[in-house]
Amino acid sequence: MIGFAFIAISLFTLGAGLAAALMPKLIHAALSLVLAFGGLAAFYFLLGAEFVGLVQVFVYVGAVAVLVVFTILLTRRDVKAEARFNWSGVVVALAVLGALVWAILRTPELAVAAPDPKILTVKQIGAVLMTDYVWPLQCVGLVLTAALIGALVLVTEKES
Amino acid sequence: MTPTLQYFLIASSLLFSIGLLAVLSRRHAIFILIGIELMLAAANLNFVAFWRFNPDPAETTGVIVAIFAIAIAAAEAAVGLALVIAVYRHYRTTSVDHLDQLKG
Repeated sequence: MIGFAFIAISLFTLGAGLAAALMPKLIHAALSLVLAFGGLAAFYFLLGAEFVGLVQVFVYVGAVAVLVVFTILLTRRDVKAEARFNWSGVVVALAVLGALVWAILRTPELAVAAPDPKILTVKQIGAVLMTDYVWPLQCVGLVLTAALIGALVLVTEKES
Repeated sequence: MTPTLQYFLIASSLLFSIGLLAVLSRRHAIFILIGIELMLAAANLNFVAFWRFNPDPAETTGVIVAIFAIAIAAAEAAVGLALVIAVYRHYRTTSVDHLDQLKG
């Protein structure tokens, strides 16, 4: 049962990711990216990390996808640049994939079955975030604030 | 068939390679950002998979790191897309082939 779910989610996510990378039109690629992020959220649910799956849906499908679509709509279409494809990238990507799969398959410690399902409640995550990870949490807040102010500064039109 | 850790790692390396393919092959700035997002998502999948296959039931590090990585990736996407808009205003193009002003 879990094997079937794994195969179905993998095929969906990788197919949507491949479409996002190879679609000739930018807006189609952005919509495929949304599907790939949805498949990734399904992966997180399958692994038992429900909170990460929900954060993935809120942040990526909700916010990042809307940002990408708005950027596409704010820039003029450039059909020639959109459709251009550099085939040497395929060679490098396949070489990296081969190296990674080779390294994974020759490490016997990774061929382990899953232990009993873990229960990680949002309450536990919140408690850990407020105790062990409180400084990283503050730093992420600072980084997000700085990034959003920086993005605003970058796109504000200067009055001439 | 019950998927072992290797299956999840191979799925995430496939996703990483697809992202790398988008970064290296496409010449449009937004496609490059889409590829970077796919690579970051593949890394996140690795964190969560390693957390799930860790026998210690009280371990939370993988999930917390994945949440932080999603937050950082959101900040990166906001700044990257703002840069694309700023470059488009200046040069009237989003093709990275035309942004060669720094070429010696």
